[in-house]
Amino acid sequence: MAVWQTVELVAKQPETPTAATLRFSPDGWPGHRAGQHVDVRLTADDGYQAQRSYSIASAPDDGALAITVERLDDGEVSPYLVDDMAPGDALELRGPIGGWFVWDVADGGPLLLVAGGSGLVPLMGMLRRRRAAGAAVPARLLLSARTVQDVLYADELHALEAGEDGPEVTITLTREAPPGWSGYDRRVDRELLDAVAWPPAERPRVYVCGPTAFVEKVAADLVALGHDPGLVRTERFGPTGGG
Amino acid sequence: MERLDGNAAAGLLREIFAREMTVAIETCAGCGSSEPLGAVHVYMGGPGTVLRCPHCTMMLMCIVRVGDELHVDLGGVRSIELR
Repeated sequence: MAVWQTVELVAKQPETPTAATLRFSPDGWPGHRAGQHVDVRLTADDGYQAQRSYSIASAPDDGALAITVERLDDGEVSPYLVDDMAPGDALELRGPIGGWFVWDVADGGPLLLVAGGSGLVPLMGMLRRRRAAGAAVPARLLLSARTVQDVLYADELHALEAGEDGPEVTITLTREAPPGWSGYDRRVDRELLDAVAWPPAERPRVYVCGPTAFVEKVAADLVALGHDPGLVRTERFGPTGGG
Repeated sequence: MERLDGNAAAGLLREIFAREMTVAIETCAGCGSSEPLGAVHVYMGGPGTVLRCPHCTMMLMCIVRVGDELHVDLGGVRSIELR
């Protein structure tokens, strides 16, 4: 599906006060790989077009296509997707896209996933794929979020972690931690990565996704800790690109 | 302007090359280093999309859409290995 296709929103589900998951069922969807994204295009009445990329949240095994979108207050596309678009409304979409920032069971592990905010979305696709395949590949997720309310898929993350061969989930809250919070409460730094990551000698496959500054800091810190740059894959997102 | 990476240009690259290009390996005409296109730096905030070498910042490609036309400057790429 390399060309633009008009698709209707099938269902929408709020995830946090600022993010929602949107489900589509494109005709002829060829299936996707965990970590891939789609391009979304909106056209205004006057013909003005805006295009963004959004990571696929659903596992390839789900059948349907789900993206999770974080609303950027000054965004051109995300406020419509999160607040206004309703089931039955249509947009243009192309994909699945990407072959670099992808993971499947055959790629192995151990797996280290590091997410900044909604950078969790493609990594959640990988964790969902891992669960759907019943894979025992050791996996750790480090998620940086502003507050506990900003944590996407919180219930599902807890359930995944508690399940058989579940991933180890570490959350750090950078802006505000609730009373009694026993986890980390600071930005991801080298010391935190050293504590959470697999030792470099185990040669983990690392996927880092988030805002540009977050991704570049984490990737540099991981390499400084001795991780092989060739095993650290990154995906940056920003207001013009998507996420 | 915010720096993104080749993943953000994957849809556009597929429009041009008609295949998945983030796994293709480019060799920079400036410094000779090679990277998957998914790992190069991308800037999308201007009138076009600019791909730069993450090692020497050489402009690898510049892609500008003018109406229905795509103008593709590949001047900074010595070679591309398709995978």
